[in-house]
Amino acid sequence: MAGVPYLEVASELCKGCELCMGVCPKQCIAIGDKLNSASYRPVYYTGENCTGCGLCFYACPEPGAIRVVKP
Amino acid sequence: MKVYEKPNALYGTFERKTGPALESTHYCQGCSHGNVHKMIAEALVDFGVQDRTVFVSPVGCAVFGFYYFDTGHIQAAHGRAPAVATGIKRANPNSIVLSYQGDGDLAAIGTAETIHAANRGENITVIFINNAIYGMTGGQMAPTTLIEQHTTTTPGGRVEGIHGNPIRMCEMISTLTAPTYVERVAIGNSKHIMKARKAIRKALQIQIEGRGYSFIEILSTCPSGWKMTPPDARDWMLEHMTKVFPLGVFKDESKAREPGSWDRVIKPFEPEAVGAYLKDFVGATVADPSQSKPQEMHCKFAGFGGQGILTMGLFWAQLAMRAGSKVSWIPSYGPEMRGGTANCQVNIADERIGTPLVEEPTMLAVMNQPSLEKFEAEVVPGGVLLVDTSMVKTAPTRTDIKTVLIPASEMANQMGTSKVANVILLGALTAATDAFPFEYVIKTLPELIKKKSLVEMNIEAFTRGYQYVREQQNG
Amino acid sequence: MATQLMKGNDAIIIGALAAGCRAYFGYPITPASEIAHAAAIHFPALGGTFIQAESEVSAVNMLYGTAGMGIRSMTATASPGFSLKQEGLSYCAGAEVPAVVVDVQRGGPGLGNIAPEQSDYFQATKGGGHGNYRLIVLAPNSAQEMCDLTGLAFELAEKYRNPACILTDGFVGQMMESVDIPEPKALTTDHRSWAVDGTPATRGNLINSIYLDPYELEAHNLKLQAKYERCEVEDVRFEESDIEDADLIVVAYGIVSRVALSTIALARAKGQKVGIFRPITLYPFPTKRLAQLAEKTKKFLVSELSTGQMVEDVKLAVGHTAQVRFFGRCGGVVPTGNELLDQYDAILGEEG
Repeated sequence: MAGVPYLEVASELCKGCELCMGVCPKQCIAIGDKLNSASYRPVYYTGENCTGCGLCFYACPEPGAIRVVKP
Repeated sequence: MKVYEKPNALYGTFERKTGPALESTHYCQGCSHGNVHKMIAEALVDFGVQDRTVFVSPVGCAVFGFYYFDTGHIQAAHGRAPAVATGIKRANPNSIVLSYQGDGDLAAIGTAETIHAANRGENITVIFINNAIYGMTGGQMAPTTLIEQHTTTTPGGRVEGIHGNPIRMCEMISTLTAPTYVERVAIGNSKHIMKARKAIRKALQIQIEGRGYSFIEILSTCPSGWKMTPPDARDWMLEHMTKVFPLGVFKDESKAREPGSWDRVIKPFEPEAVGAYLKDFVGATVADPSQSKPQEMHCKFAGFGGQGILTMGLFWAQLAMRAGSKVSWIPSYGPEMRGGTANCQVNIADERIGTPLVEEPTMLAVMNQPSLEKFEAEVVPGGVLLVDTSMVKTAPTRTDIKTVLIPASEMANQMGTSKVANVILLGALTAATDAFPFEYVIKTLPELIKKKSLVEMNIEAFTRGYQYVREQQNG
Repeated sequence: MATQLMKGNDAIIIGALAAGCRAYFGYPITPASEIAHAAAIHFPALGGTFIQAESEVSAVNMLYGTAGMGIRSMTATASPGFSLKQEGLSYCAGAEVPAVVVDVQRGGPGLGNIAPEQSDYFQATKGGGHGNYRLIVLAPNSAQEMCDLTGLAFELAEKYRNPACILTDGFVGQMMESVDIPEPKALTTDHRSWAVDGTPATRGNLINSIYLDPYELEAHNLKLQAKYERCEVEDVRFEESDIEDADLIVVAYGIVSRVALSTIALARAKGQKVGIFRPITLYPFPTKRLAQLAEKTKKFLVSELSTGQMVEDVKLAVGHTAQVRFFGRCGGVVPTGNELLDQYDAILGEEG
């Protein structure tokens, strides 16, 4: 089945640096308004337009925070 | 399907880390270390080398690299990572060695190690995180701190006239002959980041193929140390740092280097091979059972450097050793060596030798005036004093010792070379002391002389010295 | 058995090769350079590696790298270089890396001179670098021991996973004596439980000396300390000559022990009951044995090429049960036999 690309943010690992937001060509990552248990405001996927390009993955400094799936 | 996720060369859970949050790194918000870790780990998996990778972590924020990388790991002292990496790579050239260092580590305290590992062309990959500041220790000036940049040790900004200029490592390293690949990249916007990924992969590929040393400088951000938000830090880095540290490839000879050409193999220990080699090299000394041991002797040989003083003593000691004696030989040592005079001291005994230093010689051979003046008084009563009268103009004054005078240097000259005067003296000494039979020395001497072409001349010299003294004794 | 006349410095390399040492890292310094010269010939010829490093510091760190990979490796230097190596040795001890270092001691402090001294005793035996650690320190006094104790240094370094040091001096290094070449034996040790050698079997291993948590670091220190305590029980070595009936025991190591040996017959001919106690391991120091001897012999003379370093350990060992005198020369001056004999006269002539 031809799925739709998407990304996942592990909100407990995200440190809210926003660097992924800057590289996303579709601006489909946004900063959240809740704090995680480490007191960061994690980003989240808006749920639309991810092309699965993976740029956010490489721009993210936290190894486990972003996962991108391009079916 | 393509999935971008934490590579398997990073641990799933960071068990080695202390404290809570075992799945997130200790790095600050927006720090570039995490990006670079991820890219390296991805490449290690993609190239199938995780099992043979040894990660060398520095002192600095990446000191805890071993929390994250699921590879072999050796932690290095501050600045020493390239030296440690050299040892590792030489120990196992099949290992994949990463020297991962920050700017203080690589370009200040470890500058020598950095330059010389590069200059030797060690087949390693150096990853240089340049964020223009000391992060771990509290935001001090780094060697790469920009002019006017504020740090905790340049509170008014870095000043050229006081602190010097930011140091450009890629430029320096690319002047060296050995390095294969030198590039500066940045963790900036999308294009920069993907270029950095490419550079890291290329550097590792070069090492895997044995094509030599790579150096990847990565302009990075330290939002905490710079006191900026991560996006502001990224923008500041791209605007200011890239002006001082231009991005690009500074050297790439990867195509010209043959695969495997930089492998430097250490073979495993093979006891039999080592044993055979050592025996062959040192040449076993076989004692001559037909020869009885000489009497106990404490000898001093003295003269100018270049007269073969040390060799004379050495031959004497070896003759005794092959006759079954215990021997020691020690050269004059220290300042005396430099002053143009040389001496050596030889002990010959049946049993274990105490001090190798001869304070009271039973035998003294001198080949110059200062040596006679210095050592004549030391000879024990009844001892033997041998003088090369070609070189010593005053006569010995002692009457309680046996004095043997021989113009050894002139006799050597008559033979066509002054170099055998020492062996003439050995002949004289043998006759004067009766330490060894003439035939024994003639038989043994050839074994002591390394250059076989010189054997005949030495035998002749020894014979002349021996006969000179015998004639005096008989006449 | 093959025997050859050779310099102590050369014998070190023969001993190292026979013990399976495969890598040598050095930096030129007098009077240790011959060791590097010999290494430069033999290591490459036997498929090992020799690197002239850019500094003493780099040399010891290369050693840390190869030794951490489970390869028997060494470096050699003389006093100023030994000072520079302390950082690396501290890391070796902290990370439990079995490195071997040779210090051919010369005159100090500072640049001093190139003549022999024994003034690195403190630095070698008390740790030398930062932190709670010791080197295992062996003190040869002949060319044969330069060879044999180097082999032993590799064994002890591995047994305790701790750096071991050959502490010698310029005289023992320059002196030629006959040396029986040891027969190399296959190594029975397996480094894979601890080393990182770039193979799958050791991927999970870690060579490291950072323990951020205070309790963890304390535990690590106690673990190291337990090794040293074991070493003090199992690996103390010394040599005794004529001590059974001795009224005076001379304590000396290295070249001074050889000078002392020459004096014994002369002293005894005069009716002086003098014996020699020679520590072979300077760490672990033969404290217990000296304390035992002090029960019987009440006078000790410590002679060193220093202003008094080992004498402190002798005093600690014998406490107040015996009198400890010191006679040292330094700067490259070696006590003569006659000087020692004068000391015996003075000490034995004293009341009580």
